[in-house]
Amino acid sequence: MNVTEAVFLLFAIVAVVSALLAMTSHQLVHSALWLVVTLGSVAGCFVVMTAEFVAWVQVLVYVGSVVVLVIFALMMTRQPAAGPSAEVTGNRWAAGALGIVAAVGLGATVTAGFRGERIKGQRIGTARSIGDALFHDWVLGFEILSVVLLAALIGAIVISRSGSEH
Amino acid sequence: MPLLYPLVLAAALFGIGLYGVLARRNAVLMLLGVELMLNAANLNLVAFDAWFGDKMHSGQVLTLFTIALAAAEIGLGLAIILTLFRALRTVDVDQVGVDR
Repeated sequence: MNVTEAVFLLFAIVAVVSALLAMTSHQLVHSALWLVVTLGSVAGCFVVMTAEFVAWVQVLVYVGSVVVLVIFALMMTRQPAAGPSAEVTGNRWAAGALGIVAAVGLGATVTAGFRGERIKGQRIGTARSIGDALFHDWVLGFEILSVVLLAALIGAIVISRSGSEH
Repeated sequence: MPLLYPLVLAAALFGIGLYGVLARRNAVLMLLGVELMLNAANLNLVAFDAWFGDKMHSGQVLTLFTIALAAAEIGLGLAIILTLFRALRTVDVDQVGVDR
């Protein structure tokens, strides 16, 4: 095992443990903060897999804005009397079984399909190479995505305003 | 690096996110579970891009698209949840029935 694999495994363990804590913590704000740790570790995994620009975008968009939005929403929708045991529904055992089945099924499938393959990492995803690919080969998708973002922005404004009238 | 490491990590994160979506009672934390599942998909895209060595960088560009879509999704989802909270004074998905 070389250094790359050791660093990746370290990030992977941190990501899985903090994701479990984020999904099981009874303190809502703690869940959001554990999710920051998970998303940061996944960004570290991106760096190890030679995708450095994607990693920085992940840090900027997820850790920077999505989690801040979520923490704002958690604070604005705080329940007055929420007991610590009232955070999970009654079917959590079925949900846990389904999550384990999904993870084991997916893991077994990829293990059967890609055992022994190795990532060589001969094309580094720097900002220059990703920008070249984005504006040479993927311009149409990029423009469509900007329209989708505009629609989502307008939709969020309309939903918030129509809720405040009554 | 073996290709299996990121793929198995993505499978584990997907399972945890699925548990969060199904078991959490707070609607905002359900959205966090969806974000976790999207991140598992991103991990798969980046891993296969690095494995395949694609000249067009398809996996990483599609990961950027997914991240932008996830940002749009969480903005809309939180707007809907805030409207729900103003109308019903709760974000508990068990108390928001179809009859109300």
